[in-house]
Amino acid sequence: MINVLFFAQVRELLGESGLQVEATDELSSAETLRAALAAKDEKWGRVLASDKLLVAVNQTISSWDTPVQDGDEVAFFPPVTGG
Amino acid sequence: MSSNMNKVLVQTEDFSVPEEYALIADDNSDGAVVTFVGKVRDFNDGSVVTDLTLEHYPGMTEAVLNQIAVEARERWPLNNVTIIHRVGTMALGEQIVFIGVTSAHRKAAFAACEFLIDFLKTKAPFWKLEAGESGKSWVEAKDADEQAAKMWNK
Repeated sequence: MINVLFFAQVRELLGESGLQVEATDELSSAETLRAALAAKDEKWGRVLASDKLLVAVNQTISSWDTPVQDGDEVAFFPPVTGG
Repeated sequence: MSSNMNKVLVQTEDFSVPEEYALIADDNSDGAVVTFVGKVRDFNDGSVVTDLTLEHYPGMTEAVLNQIAVEARERWPLNNVTIIHRVGTMALGEQIVFIGVTSAHRKAAFAACEFLIDFLKTKAPFWKLEAGESGKSWVEAKDADEQAAKMWNK
């Protein structure tokens, strides 16, 4: 399974803090995982399509072509605003 | 007091600047102590702010803060580094973040402190939700913060 997490606006707009996704050969990268989640419905498509969306694979901010596999933690969130 | 300490804390409770200062400032090989405190301000982008809620990504936040402390040590000769960031809801005027850096000389301490807050603001997974007169809204990331962090890459 891939452990998917959402934070801030992304979490709020989706109404979910995360979910477990079955790891398959098709879900090979952060981008293909994003696309699969975005295909769920119109709302998920809109929230997960944002060009400002960031992805962290195993708690490291990553590029969209980063490979993902069974057991990974993948988080989607907007640009950070701490400090 | 042991030397070359990184202290990184993410917590809901407030912190005491005098206590944190005393903890990092008791090494006589250090001639400089620089601290920064970030606070909840009464307005942002022209809107009145009444309180602020900080969300973060537990685990990744601590990892990123430790990484930027290590990175600061690679750039400057530092002794103690403390980074404390609060999460949860904070009222106007409350403290959000503390950065404390000690070094033999002031230039390293000033530069490292500024580097740490610039990198924290653009790399650590925190998000601000502001409450104001017209309800709650997520704070937008600022290009100026991104530019400030990029300046350190030159």
